[in-house]
Amino acid sequence: MSTELERNQQEIGVEVTEDELEALIGDRALRRDDHLNAPGFVIRPDDVQDVLFDLRDEAGFDHLSCLTAQQYEDRYESIYHMKKYADPTQEVSIVVPTSVDNPVSQSAEPVFRTADWHEREAFDLVGIDYEGHPDPRRILLPETWQGHPLSKDYDQEQPQVVTLAEHANPIQPDHHDEESDTMFLNIGPHHPATHGVLHVKTVLDGETVVDIDPDIGYLHRCEEQMCQQGTYRHQIMPYPDRWDYVSAGLLNEWAYARTAEDLADIEVPEYAQIIRTMGAELCRIASHFLALGTFCLDVYGDFNAVFQYSFRDREVVQDILEDLTGQRLMFNYFRLGGVAWDLPEPRDEFIEKTRDFLDELPAKISEYNDLVTGNEIFQVRCNNTGVLDPDLAKSYGCTGPVARASGIDYDLRRDDPYGYYENLEWDVITRQGCDNYARVLCRMEEVEESAKIIEQCLDLLEDWPEDDREIQANVPRTLKPDPDTEIYRAVEGAKGELGIYIRSDGTDKPARFKIRSPCFHNLSSLGEISEGDFIPDLIASLGSLDIVLGEVDR
Amino acid sequence: MSSDKPRQEIYDSTAPSTDTREARMGAGPDDRFNSKLREAFGASPFILTKFDQFMNWVRGNSMFMLQFGIACCSIEMIHTYAIKHDLDRFGAGVPRASPRQADVMIVPGTIVSKFGPRMKRVYDQMPEPKFVVGMGSCTISGGPFQEGYNVVKGAEEIIPVDIHVPGCPPRPEALIYGVAKLQERIRNGETSPVVVKPYELEQFGDLPKDELIQKLADDIDEEDLVMRYNWADSP
Repeated sequence: MSTELERNQQEIGVEVTEDELEALIGDRALRRDDHLNAPGFVIRPDDVQDVLFDLRDEAGFDHLSCLTAQQYEDRYESIYHMKKYADPTQEVSIVVPTSVDNPVSQSAEPVFRTADWHEREAFDLVGIDYEGHPDPRRILLPETWQGHPLSKDYDQEQPQVVTLAEHANPIQPDHHDEESDTMFLNIGPHHPATHGVLHVKTVLDGETVVDIDPDIGYLHRCEEQMCQQGTYRHQIMPYPDRWDYVSAGLLNEWAYARTAEDLADIEVPEYAQIIRTMGAELCRIASHFLALGTFCLDVYGDFNAVFQYSFRDREVVQDILEDLTGQRLMFNYFRLGGVAWDLPEPRDEFIEKTRDFLDELPAKISEYNDLVTGNEIFQVRCNNTGVLDPDLAKSYGCTGPVARASGIDYDLRRDDPYGYYENLEWDVITRQGCDNYARVLCRMEEVEESAKIIEQCLDLLEDWPEDDREIQANVPRTLKPDPDTEIYRAVEGAKGELGIYIRSDGTDKPARFKIRSPCFHNLSSLGEISEGDFIPDLIASLGSLDIVLGEVDR
Repeated sequence: MSSDKPRQEIYDSTAPSTDTREARMGAGPDDRFNSKLREAFGASPFILTKFDQFMNWVRGNSMFMLQFGIACCSIEMIHTYAIKHDLDRFGAGVPRASPRQADVMIVPGTIVSKFGPRMKRVYDQMPEPKFVVGMGSCTISGGPFQEGYNVVKGAEEIIPVDIHVPGCPPRPEALIYGVAKLQERIRNGETSPVVVKPYELEQFGDLPKDELIQKLADDIDEEDLVMRYNWADSP
């Protein structure tokens, strides 16, 4: 794989102009179909690999951020949203239309490994077939499902039959394969070590993991359909809270807010952006604490001290967030064009409370370092397990702390700035370890960086003139973006790049709402990082990827 | 004891007056407690109750929860177990990872079609008597996802639920209240009526042979357990 990804390093990061792109794609572009965020080129279904290889190797677009599939009246369409890890503001969309009668398109899997899961999802929900795909199965819905729910002619009332056979009891029949003497083991879907309802079909040779197949979809609760049924202005915002539900609500809401604001051209007041930035970083801290606590749960065993400590600290963050937003977990605090309300009164008390938390944080972090990362046994347990090679990470579309712990310097807060981040002093944490230990350390250090950001936001909020505290821009009551506008925007969520694609059709509801989930990509690399390791390391690797099934399955 | 006079034993000895059977067999106002049982037990303390009541009291005060998380509510459920809220104070905070050791299942989240059969199986694996606390709106009706093509409209479509805790998600305090209510019901020996005919796990061969079943006949073995969702009949 690494040889396949070898490319001219100098070219990465060099700005590719639209003319150069046009020249590169050349005759293969049937026409242009520009999106608000990127130039778009329409190509033939059998040119997909060709074009993507050229874009990756010649122009440096090494990040297949998202694949959106959708059905129009007269055609199906797959959109490959491509970016560069070195500079995510350079984007290009490759649009591949296919006919309604025979929706077959070439698979992009040989170019980007991440296309594997993406195309399975597109087949599952929309019904496009990808020719040459190595594993054309459904991914989110059960194998026996009838129809493709996001296609136009789907009947939601039809009965469905779901089997229990795919969760075969591993002990009952003899799973020992006579030739190679391996054993099949189901992990999950209701086991606590899977962080939710993930089902990992594992083949073991002794204690070594030979092959795994993550089986997802046990929490596929139709988030995209829900968002397509809601109106832009108010009805969609509650749902992002429920994608990554580990207190990362505000980070997710920001993904929707950013996309919809760019789509409808809404300017957010500076004051509201500072509140957003502060709230989002508090969420990141809460989320990383949970990641640490549950990781220790996976590594150390049952409800232990570290777990209880991290939940103690999460409670403090949740209290602050509750003061700010009125809810502990599902905040629903952002509005298009701003936030729901100003800091709670009395302001001083809120600011002081938050400062107290920040003041105590360094002591807590050093406590964690004593307990966890400085612990020799922990180090032995986590060093050099679950190694994720940077090139592989890119090919799988990994982002967030998972990518940064593999030395990929990629953080949308800095590289594709939004909110108030570019005016603040903070650093992007990267580590070169590539292993479970590096991922844990990376998250802990990010907590410190988030604390720095909150500190600066508090200073700004405290001194902000009282007559200039504008929390909401003027947004029309019914939001109807121009018909046929398409946009893909991403923010840095707690787990990585959380992107949203919206196509508007001139009504007050999106015609297509696609969520690019960082956990989905991070999880897809699990097989790569845990095969060959021992089975306890598989559990540790799963914990260090820090997935949330609500976001994987959506 | 209404007598003004100090009791004799206070003068006689400082030893506890309950240390012999004879001492317990008091005379005068105390003899109302004398009984055959007292004669039999002597100095050992005892209480009288009905066995059923005793069992209910024990069940209510020592509940082993099934440790499994589904969705958002599981985060608040973990907070309920963890410090600050500490469900263990109420005799209900020992999560067991295996359904065979658990007697209460908190259903913390949205149930989708793929998870339904699995949850039914886990519920069936729990030993009797077993209780279910439905946590959050999704387990009541499907909650915010009710209109989804893949979402089961409430946990009661699959397993019987004793206590519904509303909220999206309920606060830890609300879950504790729900668990306390469940304990109260268990102590009083109350059961919940099953009001919905739930989806069952059936052998594929037993399903009525309609169009869908015939279509799937090649893919599914006759003996495989399946759950058939009739979405059109859902509330």
